Amino acid sequence: MLNIKNLEAKVDNKHILNGLNLDIKPGEVHAIMGPNGSGKSTLANVLSGKNGYETKGEIKFDGQNLSELSTEERAQKGIFLAFQYPLEIPGVNTNIFLKTSLNSVRKARGEKELDTLSFLKIVKEKSSELGIDEKFLSRQLNVGFSGGEKKKNEILQMKILQPKLAILDETDSGLDIDALRIVADGVNSYKNKDNAFLIITHYQRLLDYIKPDFIHVLSKGKIVKTGDAELGVELEKTGYANFI
Amino acid sequence: MKTEDLKNSQEYKYGFSTDVENIRAPKGLNEKTIKFISNIKKEPKWMLEWRLKAFNRLKVLKEPDWQKPKYPKIDYQDLYYYSAPKSVSDKPKSLDEIDPKILETYKKLGIPLDEQKRLNGIAVDAVFDSVSVATTFKDELTKKGIIFCSISEAIKKHPDLVKKYLGSVIPLSDHYFATLNSAVFTDGSFVYIPPHTRCPMELSTYFRINASETGQFERTLIIADKGSYVSYLEGCTAPMRDENQLHAANVELVALDDAEIKYSTVQNWYPGDENGVGGIYNFVTKRGACRGKNSKISWTQVETGSAITWKYPSCILQGDNSVGEFYSIAITNNHQKADTGTKMIHLGKNTKSKIISKGISAGKADNMYRGLVEIKNKASNSRNYTQCDSLLMGNKCGAHTIPYIKNNNSTSTIEHEATTTKINEEQLYYCNQRGLDQEEAVSLIVNGFCKEVLQQLPMEFAVEAQKLVAISLEGSVG
Ligand SMILES: Nc1ncnc2c1ncn2[C@@H]1O[C@H](COP(=O)(O)OP(=O)(O)O)[C@@H](O)[C@H]1O
Ligand SMILES: [Mg+2]
Repeated sequence: MLNIKNLEAKVDNKHILNGLNLDIKPGEVHAIMGPNGSGKSTLANVLSGKNGYETKGEIKFDGQNLSELSTEERAQKGIFLAFQYPLEIPGVNTNIFLKTSLNSVRKARGEKELDTLSFLKIVKEKSSELGIDEKFLSRQLNVGFSGGEKKKNEILQMKILQPKLAILDETDSGLDIDALRIVADGVNSYKNKDNAFLIITHYQRLLDYIKPDFIHVLSKGKIVKTGDAELGVELEKTGYANFI
Repeated sequence: MKTEDLKNSQEYKYGFSTDVENIRAPKGLNEKTIKFISNIKKEPKWMLEWRLKAFNRLKVLKEPDWQKPKYPKIDYQDLYYYSAPKSVSDKPKSLDEIDPKILETYKKLGIPLDEQKRLNGIAVDAVFDSVSVATTFKDELTKKGIIFCSISEAIKKHPDLVKKYLGSVIPLSDHYFATLNSAVFTDGSFVYIPPHTRCPMELSTYFRINASETGQFERTLIIADKGSYVSYLEGCTAPMRDENQLHAANVELVALDDAEIKYSTVQNWYPGDENGVGGIYNFVTKRGACRGKNSKISWTQVETGSAITWKYPSCILQGDNSVGEFYSIAITNNHQKADTGTKMIHLGKNTKSKIISKGISAGKADNMYRGLVEIKNKASNSRNYTQCDSLLMGNKCGAHTIPYIKNNNSTSTIEHEATTTKINEEQLYYCNQRGLDQEEAVSLIVNGFCKEVLQQLPMEFAVEAQKLVAISLEGSVG
């Protein structure tokens, strides 16, 4: 599904990614771990097409070269990024944002746009699965949400938009143990043989709930070690020092 | 971005002109022109005298020049002051008598005037250049004693009301453009709501400039008698021309005891092209008097058009406990300039005013909020709250806020907050990541920014206004 070859990324002449290779197949869960500043969020941003990076190398998504696609086209094709720091957009009602977003994606897929009623039905179902109060969704997008509420809202959006590849950038940071379990359940219930996850995290504790097929250690913009779920346990004990 | 689509959608939708035969006053600003206007409208003598008094006053007034947007000198002798389609030079009795081309024009503008297709629950007065061509729903309003007609008709049929209130809020000798309007005004709307009557529908006037080299000087007068309520909306468009056309309107509102007037404007005059050629000079005087106790006047404006917008809808809070509100969205793109705001003059006790201003600039445009809040010494326990937010799109535009504050009563308070933000790349990225394209994202963020003002508009127009906000900013980010 996703094939990254020799990916390099620069910002203001600073090298952040330095020849990164990664292959993700449908049905797989990949975790990326690595110290602060190793380039995890940069990888997520480059994949989703954020402006401002100078890149080299190749990224293919379902066989298509991603560099040809704008951010919204990638989103419409099924790349979703749950942000490390979800942004506040004052004055924009969360429900209206979700509906606009879902309809853009549906339109691009050649599906019929949803009217308000059918949209609300979907939202109701998905938000109750995540224990999100509906009242919450008539508030301004992320404005005044707690850290945990923002992260849950990201997962809600994932479940509504139904991406093929979901990238979770430190979604677990700042979550208490209950919220962590809810988020993990959200991911597990969405996971199937056709979609894939790239989970960026610092902590093994999330991986206790979401079992990864692969764990990659990122250091200085490169994957320096790849292993299975056991690698996470080892990292938890020894830290990154042995690998970088 | 599909540039072709963008080009098409960016074009000013109302830029066409209608080819009708006109009756015009000869060019030039003089007594003869004023007499021509008064004569063709078959006005009573007192009206002509009033106009001439204004004209005499005008001779000693100077055009103001303190505003930020400068404009080339206007040659007042080289303008037409009256232009009316031949077919309506005598006001038509029924729609059958209106030139089908004019009906067609309004249809294209989305304002159908024919009986079957009238806008639901909205009475419309349509002003084409210098004359009112049609007023809808008249009978229904008449039953309630509500008067909604052109000002020309009111001068003839309701002279006592007009004499009593015309010029009572904007005096004859106010400032240059207001006085010019008093001398040469051609048409506009008149509204009178009798005591304890709630106007059962939105009243609306649609102004259309069609003829070239013609100034439009409309005059609107709204009186809400004791305990009454009315919501009024005006919309405006003009053809695309490479000349600048002057629009200098006067709007006067009077609210008596316990009455409320809600006045909304969606101003979409032709703004000029992307190089700043052409467009309307929108120099307008709007003022409301909360004359009675517990009265309320609320101005809402969405200003997206015009080359230059220069206006300060104001409230004079005379009655005790009266309330004045000003909600404004001013959008400037390309070379557009706006210098707009409000004046809240607190005279009565326990008077309150609220100002919410949202300025958005894009391209090379300049946007200025200028407002005066004055609490006079007798206005005890009065309060003002002002919030001015500016949003910048790109690096070549400007936003400025100048609040003038005068508080002469120690029991009263004035509060002012102001913010300036640039449209946030991260917010756009967030929206793009969720599948919204650039235009959708800008529209969403900007409409969010304007929300407090948009929600003041009557439902039917809020949707239109939201679209207009998005269209006026198309292509400004990216
Ligand atoms: N826009 C930027 N300009 C300059 N440096 C940046 C920018 N974005 C990221 N960096 C730098 O690149 C490195 C990697 O950042 P990031 O991808 O956010 O790391 P991580 O998510 O792994 O903590 C850091 O040193 C960070 O300071
Ligand atoms: Mg990060």
